Amino acid sequence: MTDRKIRVLIAKPGLDGHDRGAKVIARALRDAGLEVIYTGLRQTPEMIAEAALQEDVDVVGLSILSGAHNVLVPSVMDKLAQNGLDDVRVFVGGIIPEDDIPALKDNGVYAVYGPGTDTQQVVSDIKQAVNVQD
Amino acid sequence: MSKIDPQAIQNGDRLALSRALTVIENDDPQSLEIQADLFPHTGQSHIVGVTGAPGTGKSTLVNQLVKAFRQNKSETKPPKVAVIAVDPTSPFTGGALLGDRIRMADLSGDKGVFIRSMASRGALGGLAHNTAAFATILDAAGFDMIVIETVGAGQAEVDVAQLAHTVVVVEAPGMGDDIQSIKAGILEIADILVVNKADRPGADNTARTLKVMLDMAQNSSNLPAGKHGTSNSDHLFQDIYIKQETWKPPVHTITATEGKGIAGLAADIQAHRAYLQDTGVWQIKEAHRLRRDLDALIRDKLLQQWQQALDQEQFEGVLQDVIERKYSPIEAANLLVHDKTK
Ligand SMILES: Nc1nc2c(ncn2[C@@H]2O[C@H](COP(=O)(O)OP(=O)(O)O)[C@@H](O)[C@H]2O)c(=O)[nH]1
Ligand SMILES: [Mg+2]
Repeated sequence: MTDRKIRVLIAKPGLDGHDRGAKVIARALRDAGLEVIYTGLRQTPEMIAEAALQEDVDVVGLSILSGAHNVLVPSVMDKLAQNGLDDVRVFVGGIIPEDDIPALKDNGVYAVYGPGTDTQQVVSDIKQAVNVQD
Repeated sequence: MSKIDPQAIQNGDRLALSRALTVIENDDPQSLEIQADLFPHTGQSHIVGVTGAPGTGKSTLVNQLVKAFRQNKSETKPPKVAVIAVDPTSPFTGGALLGDRIRMADLSGDKGVFIRSMASRGALGGLAHNTAAFATILDAAGFDMIVIETVGAGQAEVDVAQLAHTVVVVEAPGMGDDIQSIKAGILEIADILVVNKADRPGADNTARTLKVMLDMAQNSSNLPAGKHGTSNSDHLFQDIYIKQETWKPPVHTITATEGKGIAGLAADIQAHRAYLQDTGVWQIKEAHRLRRDLDALIRDKLLQQWQQALDQEQFEGVLQDVIERKYSPIEAANLLVHDKTK
């Protein structure tokens, strides 16, 4: 009998010190029955990729408010790939200008969410991304 | 799920290790094979349980402790350390928020450290039912020490005491310092007691209370109530207890956030390992744990077999008879079980 659970790493790369949004989404995912590993503030891309490896997560959610997403996201994607984690889905949430989204998606990001996103949307997107039926 | 090579785990492939832990955690069919392949290569790791109430500073302490072990200059090669951080699964949603890594950021980037968060899943509040299997895999992967952080609550404490060689119980001041407020049972399971948050008022008081309680326990010649029993495993427990009477649990007062007192605590953890090995208690504990594991597995297997062979209609019929008070539950159980094992 297998008892599969979706595991999600919620990380905050960069230097800004606000993790309210990250915590809200972490709790929403927990309440939707997911296992959420929360790593806290000021994570480097190396730290995020290492945690993703050790925790064997299905999904990495990045919360970025600093405006540095065009640098941070490709770096996280690189480090994940270096760790052999090409199959991990990456979601980005935060303040991301519309114009920057296509480049992030080209980089392999699965979805990008702005402020005020319905958390249920994120939950169902994640379930779809990792192919788990309700 | 792709095939996992047990040899890769032994060779230090961290991705293979991580994937294997997932396989174990999900009770994936590969789990059996991986454990069978790796089990012969285990028995080397020192398993250290760190338990206590939420918020006492266990994760902060583990961060400092592992850092101290990794920087230990007296050893030619610092020990490789794995951390299993167990947190409860919500019984309502089945989800879990695992936040112990927040306090362990200092350990990031050290290839000699591997941290894995684990939700308790089915096992309410306690260790996950696969925590012991996690320890087996990490042992085979060459970790010299496996630290298991678990929220201390009832059964969880007993579970961790039976899995770990060395149990560190963490308290913090401000939870009241009278004897009633110190939870029953911790003296029985603690090999080392820690009063954390020494920067806060009341830490000395808490430490003093713990020491008094320890002295009282040591001076009474009787085994504590929980240690009496008649089953095989209880005898083994008494065995351990008797041999352990020569180990007096030290009480450490520390400030984990500042790393104060960590060196002394690390030294005592090593001393306890040496003590277990010198007295032969290590082997007794190991035998006791394996017996328990085997007991539990056999129980699961028998139950599963019986459930598979069960005639559901007969079961419902007997249940109805119980509801109508024709059979007592014990008669009904005898009837249903004997029918199948004849
Ligand atoms: N004042 C003080 N706070 C501490 C100390 N150690 C941990 N804490 C704080 O206690 C809180 C809980 O710590 P954590 O390690 O997560 O506790 P856990 O739930 O037992 O794992 C955090 O805010 C820590 O910063 C300490 O030595 N002194
Ligand atoms: Mg903790």
